[in-house]
Amino acid sequence: MNISVAIDAVPQDALPSASEAGPAPKRVVVAYGFWIFLLSDIIMFAALFASYAVLVHSTAGGPTGAQLFNQKTVAIETACLLVSSYACGLMSLAINSRRYLRTYLGALITFALGAAFLTLEIREFANMIAIGATPERSAFLSAFFTLVGCHGLHVTLGLVWLAVMMVQVAVMGFDATVQRRLLCFSLFWHALDIVWVGLFTVVYLMGVSP
Amino acid sequence: MNLLGKLDWSAIPLNQPIVMGATAFMVLIVVAILGFITMKGAWLYLWREWLTSVDHKRIGVMYCVLALVMLLRGFSDAIMMRAQQAVAAGGAQGYLPPEHFDQIFSAHGTIMIFFMAMPFVVGVMNFAVPLQLGVRDVAFPTLNSVSFWLTASGALLINVSLAVGEFSKAGWWGYPPLSELQFSPGVGVDYYLWSLQISGLGTLLAGINFVTTILKLRAPGMSYMRMPVFCWTALATNLLIVAAFPVLTAVLAMLLLDRYLGFHFFTNDAGGNQMLYANLFWVWGHPEVYILVLPAFGIFSEVIATFSGKPLFGYRSMVAATMTICILSFLVWLHHFFTMGASANVNGFFGVMSMIIALPTGVKIFNWLFTMYGGRVRFSVPVLWSIGFMVTFVIGGMTGVLQAVPPADFQLHNSVFLIAHFHNVIIGGVVFGLMAGYNYWFPKAFGFALDERWGKAAFWCWFVGFYLAFMPLYLLGLMGMTRRMQHYADLSWQPWLLVAMAGTVIILGGIACQIIQLVVSIRARDKLRVTADPWNGRTLEWATTSPPPAWNFAVQPRVSGRDALWSSKQRALATKEEAPPARVYEPIEMPKNSATGFVTAFFAVVIGFAMIWHIWWMAGLGVFGAFVTLLAFAFRRRSEIEVPAEQIARFDRAHQAGAAA
Repeated sequence: MNISVAIDAVPQDALPSASEAGPAPKRVVVAYGFWIFLLSDIIMFAALFASYAVLVHSTAGGPTGAQLFNQKTVAIETACLLVSSYACGLMSLAINSRRYLRTYLGALITFALGAAFLTLEIREFANMIAIGATPERSAFLSAFFTLVGCHGLHVTLGLVWLAVMMVQVAVMGFDATVQRRLLCFSLFWHALDIVWVGLFTVVYLMGVSP
Repeated sequence: MNLLGKLDWSAIPLNQPIVMGATAFMVLIVVAILGFITMKGAWLYLWREWLTSVDHKRIGVMYCVLALVMLLRGFSDAIMMRAQQAVAAGGAQGYLPPEHFDQIFSAHGTIMIFFMAMPFVVGVMNFAVPLQLGVRDVAFPTLNSVSFWLTASGALLINVSLAVGEFSKAGWWGYPPLSELQFSPGVGVDYYLWSLQISGLGTLLAGINFVTTILKLRAPGMSYMRMPVFCWTALATNLLIVAAFPVLTAVLAMLLLDRYLGFHFFTNDAGGNQMLYANLFWVWGHPEVYILVLPAFGIFSEVIATFSGKPLFGYRSMVAATMTICILSFLVWLHHFFTMGASANVNGFFGVMSMIIALPTGVKIFNWLFTMYGGRVRFSVPVLWSIGFMVTFVIGGMTGVLQAVPPADFQLHNSVFLIAHFHNVIIGGVVFGLMAGYNYWFPKAFGFALDERWGKAAFWCWFVGFYLAFMPLYLLGLMGMTRRMQHYADLSWQPWLLVAMAGTVIILGGIACQIIQLVVSIRARDKLRVTADPWNGRTLEWATTSPPPAWNFAVQPRVSGRDALWSSKQRALATKEEAPPARVYEPIEMPKNSATGFVTAFFAVVIGFAMIWHIWWMAGLGVFGAFVTLLAFAFRRRSEIEVPAEQIARFDRAHQAGAAA
């Protein structure tokens, strides 16, 4: 987003060598730190992906992915999450121009689509558990529930965060702190998309291919 | 359904005199400390100035105090093991029953790595890095406090396990299937898992904080190639923390799911795979070794350059070596289990990589030696530790390269040869480095130096004690002694184990010397007072007062080259400047103190304890409390206070006058 702002805040004569410019402005520092956090989070997912890849064939005589996954539900889930990221992007634009109504509207759509994604995922889990495909059944299902569930947990936390942020916008207005936190939120929400794209490919598409 | 989960009176091991004695001793010490604070009426001071402080220097000191306390705890485990193995030969069973011995070696490893070495390293970085970078604080000061208190929470849980319940008997890596519910039904492994999860989260947050600080907050003019080498090694270490600790979190979470919800990641049945745990654990575990030792390399670089009165030889190669180690450390993890049964090619690859990683380390050793060559070396305490390190670490490194050869490793795997090797590099590298750093930066932190004579005595005890304690283990390993033996039949091992015991006692003498050194120095602090720059230093931390004010530097330093302070001192000498131009002071924004870290950590302990004992309502309450704390932090009105320019000017002038007088 506002990269021009960050560069403006640096003294002009120092521009030739950014590494000598002195301490960066707070907005840059916060966003940068949050990026590092997101990278670490993605590494945690990488470990879960690796475990899933190791255990995917360890079904112990239980159901396989091809028998369990419903492509249609997953397609709708994916659409929900991707469109909610688009709405999140619109919200970011509204925040930059400090428009309350559009911000709330963008947040509402983001939240609703995120919640829809979560509902579908929980229903998928419940259906699987109902037919005996529980995480206790096999190592494959343990890895599946952990990987997909961990993403779901992140979405849940994202929804709580978004709700808290809207209260902050209402109470504290668009002050610098709130804006920085909203910037971090949007980074977080987009990162969850990236993880989902990996999940969708590795778990669902590769899971049903012969 | 029990309201207190699995917890009842039988959790307290009243029938085990050794455990109860240790517990009573621990409780007595805690009561004595609390009583002392109350007697001095220091609670309010402690709360305001330390417990809620977000000042990186205070947090750094608290990290180091935690590490030193846990060093005593971990060392008492060590000396108990040595005493057991010294006597339990042939038919004798020694004084420790197997289930207690197993807890002791598990606790020793866990404590020494996670609650001694880690906090010490993070503490020294906390104290020195922002000062060396010439900035006011780390990027996220309140987060820094949260990191510290989470680490302390983990340490607290480990200590609680001594009195309530038991600790893990599955070794410090907690390999499944032994650590699974089927074979470890008690709470020991849960204590291990939850204390590591909580402190691991703290470490991860510290890593994020420091990467951001080093890459985004440096004094004007300090480009990357002008950073002190300690900052470079701190950067490498924190990059490793950010890249490695999430894997530990993930793998421990999987084991938790196995134990709590009946998942099958690592179980014997339903398709679980134990080697998955070993691989993931060491994907974290090997970088962890470098997380610990790289800052120690940084400390040696600072110490050797300062006390030789010369710029560091080969600065660029030092930086390159550091970053090479940073990357290579992720390509060697399989050498921890060559015996897994991977193909010869896989073992060959990891064997070669493990040998290659010795090269950048060799570069560093030569750089230090060439720095000393032709310099006027002052043999003070930090230099002794550094030279002791160079000798010792090279031996440890060579036995490491030896074990990187897979066929040799098949023989040495799981023997005490390995124990000797990693103590050789961790004591000889990490501990010696931290002790050098402790003696080097202590005057900066407190304004008075540590006593030299007791410091030297401590060094020699540690140095001699180390060789006596661990060289016999190399021989014993070659003679076939495996690790973690509660007793053994082969009487020909006993003489060597007695020598090792003697070495451990000498190390105890070293620790005693260090305690005496601290007490003597505090009592003679008026005689040991130092100025801003007691060692004729080279980097920016020596440009400000000792101890530095909360705002670190009265005026933002500007850097125009490597060894910023040294070069400005040389310039002043060369130009014979009369008085430096009058300083212009500006008001400084400082982060406000915050109880967020302390309160969050309190709830983390509640959550951890409740989960260990299956007290679900209490865990829920803990999560709720932590969430409310976070909200309170998010909604607080003011996060910063402004220190007026006059106050800074007054402080600065007073200290300049003091230095001149």
